[in-house]
Formats: sequence, structure tokens, C-alpha cells
Amino acid sequence: MDTYSLLRQFADSWMLILMTALFLGVVAYAFRPGSRKLQDEAANSIFRNDKRPAGAAEGSSRNIKEA
Amino acid sequence: MWDYVKLVVLGAIAVFAAIAAQYAHDLAYMVNAIVVMLAAAITFVVVLRHMYEPVAVDPNTYNDDVVRAGVIATAFWGVVGFLVGVVIAFQLAFPALNIPGVEGILNFGRLRPLHTSAVIFAFGGNALIMSAFHIVQRTCATRLWGGNLGWFVFWGWQLMIVLAATSYVLGGTQSKEYAETVWYIDLWIVVVWLSFLAVFLGTLINRKEPHIYVANWFLLSMIITVAMLHVVNNLAVPVSIFSSKSVSAFGGVQDAMTQWWYGHNAVGFFLTAGFLGMMYYFVPKQAERPVYSYKLSIIHFWALIFLYIWAGPHHLHYTALPEWAATLGMVFSIMLWMPSWGGMINGLMTLSGAWDKLRTDPIIRMMVVSIGFYGMSTFEGPMMSIKAVNSLSHYTDWTIGHVHSGALGWNGMITFGALYFLTPRLWNRDGLYSLRLVSWHFWLATIGIVLYAASMWVSGIMEGLMWREVDQNGFLVNAFADTVAAKTPMNIVRGVGGLMFLSGAIIMCYNLWMTVRAQPAKAVSPAAVPAE
Repeated sequence: MDTYSLLRQFADSWMLILMTALFLGVVAYAFRPGSRKLQDEAANSIFRNDKRPAGAAEGSSRNIKEA
Repeated sequence: MWDYVKLVVLGAIAVFAAIAAQYAHDLAYMVNAIVVMLAAAITFVVVLRHMYEPVAVDPNTYNDDVVRAGVIATAFWGVVGFLVGVVIAFQLAFPALNIPGVEGILNFGRLRPLHTSAVIFAFGGNALIMSAFHIVQRTCATRLWGGNLGWFVFWGWQLMIVLAATSYVLGGTQSKEYAETVWYIDLWIVVVWLSFLAVFLGTLINRKEPHIYVANWFLLSMIITVAMLHVVNNLAVPVSIFSSKSVSAFGGVQDAMTQWWYGHNAVGFFLTAGFLGMMYYFVPKQAERPVYSYKLSIIHFWALIFLYIWAGPHHLHYTALPEWAATLGMVFSIMLWMPSWGGMINGLMTLSGAWDKLRTDPIIRMMVVSIGFYGMSTFEGPMMSIKAVNSLSHYTDWTIGHVHSGALGWNGMITFGALYFLTPRLWNRDGLYSLRLVSWHFWLATIGIVLYAASMWVSGIMEGLMWREVDQNGFLVNAFADTVAAKTPMNIVRGVGGLMFLSGAIIMCYNLWMTVRAQPAKAVSPAAVPAE
């Protein structure tokens, strides 16, 4: 089989399955139990640290993960 | 020590550019070489003058200088790009504006890539770089990584714009749409873009927040994918190191497919994913509410990533491209409709419970209209990718109308929203100079886009129908010139629409300028207020 046909066959069989499974896995992972709390936390993270980096001033330091 | 290395490198570049200008095969190359020489010389002097200055950087501050510079550059290149657009729109309506004395420099064919590159890469690119630098610092709660590398990205990008612009009008092009820049500019883009990636990644790695906010996912995917697309599509062998000409590594239909794999994903990742990153940050910030559904934003992201990359072949319907590839492109384009609308709903619903802000806050209004245009053009696009529709719409003004409802409506309006959001904050001003002027800008821009899109729909469909009209003997009824003549009124309306959009942008620049000049500084709040 020439390279083109081989790649073509691989692309619309195994690779397609892999990609679809990966995508569905990602979606399922977003819906996993317990994700809501983390997602709400992430969605609200943009309202912190507006003026200066974390740990730079008192009052803005509640949510710092110590690196 | 590091400064000495810089000086040696800059000096070498300046000397080489001077030699290259001397040996240049063509005018575009010679002018570019002189620009490079001047840029290297200026940078040399700047580095030299600051050599023994101690570098004092407070890690407890954000690097906002480079974001401020980005705001200025975005507004400036926006006006330049829109202006060139208005000029070429009227050149189409009134061919006499292709002035004979400057034929070959300022005629439509030379100005058109100048317009597209100015709005996409200069205006859009600066908007993306500036927002990426702003967003990644805030959401990672850490200073921009890489010290002056951020400045290198900024100035490197401006140099690229100047090189591309001077090259285009003098005939330097590799004849690939949205990738006209010749080989040495392409190489320079790679250097700047990888530095951008390094700055962005470095900041992400240093983050103090546990989670990487979704806007950064979109921005990072934009940076990585554009790097990949740009490198592959521009694989070429220069004719000479002293010439702007090069020969593409691909030929025939492979070249066409590579070009539209690049071209469509430039839309998909540069103009969509990157600007969605802006949407997911600036809309919730301006509305002061978190994004409607974070889950939906995750699904939106991954669906775009998995689907967009396959949509390119819809630019090549009914060509030498194999039928299966065209069908694949069409099917993936249609599938893209769903995640796009998911994203649109997510952006719009972020305002749920705060819709009253539409009445009082013209910036929110701008962002909402921008998301509306995102939804509209991501519906129109999949529809136009259907082969039957494409057989009517392709090569007509409909395509141009579609592109502009996306570019002016979605990219333009969200960027204006971001500029209005950022300017008072970055310059520490107590609000914008005038909300009335924002409203003026809003209505001028919105009506301008409506005029533009509507006239191009009429013109495009008319053109498509005229091209395919045959008499009872099967002969074509219309000559091409007949369609050109029939389009004149629509071309004029389009030009007027563009003029309104440009006027709005000029009003914005005045408003932003006065915000910095005349607005009182924001009163210092006694203590940082917890976000809870």
C-alpha cells in the first residue's frame, strides 16, 4: 500500500476513534462530580489580584496557593 | 556582559542590512534592508545609553508599561488599517482613484494586502498581544515573565508591520492571501512569535493561581497554532539571500490546500480563539459577573480546537481539490456552528441578571454587539461552506461582506470594548472621558457594519446570479464587466459604511486620548477590598 492510502486509512479509522474518544473524554471530565466548585472558583478568579500580583498587599492574599 | 552581546548582535545586523541594501535584487528588499538597518541602529543606541543603569524591577507589580504601549499601538494601527480600507473601498467604487502617477504603489492591488494585514496583524495582532499580556498577568497573579522580552515582542511586532507595509506597496509578496509577507519577514515573525510564546508560557508557569483561567487556554492555543500554521505555510526557498523572491515548498493543489489550511485557521485561531480569550476575560470583567457557565467554556474550547483545523478545504470547493477533502471541510465547518453558538450564548448569558447595564453602559453594549456579530458570522460561515451555497457565493462580494461582519463586528467591537475597559485602568483614571462619545462610536460603527454587510449581500448575490445566468441556448448572458457596472451603487454604500466605522474609531482615539490627558486620577482607595 502506498503511503497516501496507508495514512488515509489510518486517519479515518484509528485516529478518528482516538480523536473522538479524546474529545468525549474531555467533555465527560468537565461534567465529573465535584467539578462545579472548582469551576465556580476559576470563574471568579478574574476578580482577584487586579492591581498587583498575589501576595503583594494585604487583603488580596486569601486565594494564594503557595508556589 | 549581556548588554555587550546585544550590542555586538545589533551592530552585526545593522552592518549586514547595509550590505544587503547595497546588493538588493529588488526595491522592496532594499527598502526593507534600510528599515532593518535603521531599527538595529536605533536599538543599538538605546541599549548603549542604558548600559550601566541598575535594573530595578519590583516583582510585586504588574508589567503594565508594555500593555499601555499595546493599547496605543492597537488604536493607532486600527485607524491606519480602517483608513486604507476606506481608500480601497472607494477605489473599487471610483476606479479613477487608482491615480496613474502612483500606479504600481498606491493602486488597489498593492493597497489591498496592506489593508488586510494592517487590520488583521497590526490592529488585531497588537490587540491580541496586549490583551494576552494583560490577562495572563491578572489571571496568574504574577508579573509578566521574561523581563524585557515582552518589550522585544512588542517592538518586534511593530517592526514586522513596518517591514510588511513597505514591502507590499513596492511589490514584495509571496501571493498567498493573509500570508503575503516575504520570506525574511516570515522568519522574523517566527522569532517574535516564539518569544511571545515564551513570555506567555513563562508567566503561566509562574502563576500563583491554582487554575489556568479559560481565557488563557484560548490565547495559548492561538499562539501555538498560529506558530504551527505560519511555519508550515511559509516553507519556501529564497531565490537569493539578497532577494525578496522565494519559491514555495509545495506546488499545485497541495500548495492551495496548505494555504487554506493556514488561511482558514488564521481566521479560526488568530481571529476567533484569540479574541474569544479576550471575550472570556473582558466581558465578565466589564459586567462584573463571572462567565455564565464555566463548563460550557471548557466544552466550547475543546470543540473549537478539535473542529476548526479541518475546515480549510471549504475555501477550495469546485477546484482541483479531491471531492472528499472538500466534503470533509464542509462537514467540519457545519459542525463548527454548534460550539460557536455555545460560546456566543455563554458570552451573552454572562449578562443574565444584569441586562440593565445595556442601557447605562455603552461599553457593555459594544461587547454584546460584538458577540452578536460573532454568532451571526459563525452562522453565515457554515452556511456559505455548503457546496450548493458556495457555488453561488464564492468569488463574490458576499464573501467580503461575511468577512467584514466578522472582522468589523466581532474582532473590531470586542477590541474597542477592551480598549475602553483598559485605558482608564492602565492610566489610573477615574473612568472614561466621555460615555457620550462611546455611544457615538457605538452607533457609527454598528450602522457602518450594517451598511457594509447589507450592501455586500445584495452585491454578492446579484453578482453570483449574474455570473451563472444563461439564455435558452446555454450561453452566458452577462459579461464580467456587466457585473462590475451593476455593483457600483453597492460599492458606494460599502465605502460609506467603512467611512462611518473609521469615524467611530477616530472618535474612540480622541476619547482615549482625553481620558489620559484630562480625566482626574482615580482616588486612592484606603485599602484593598477583598474580592468576596
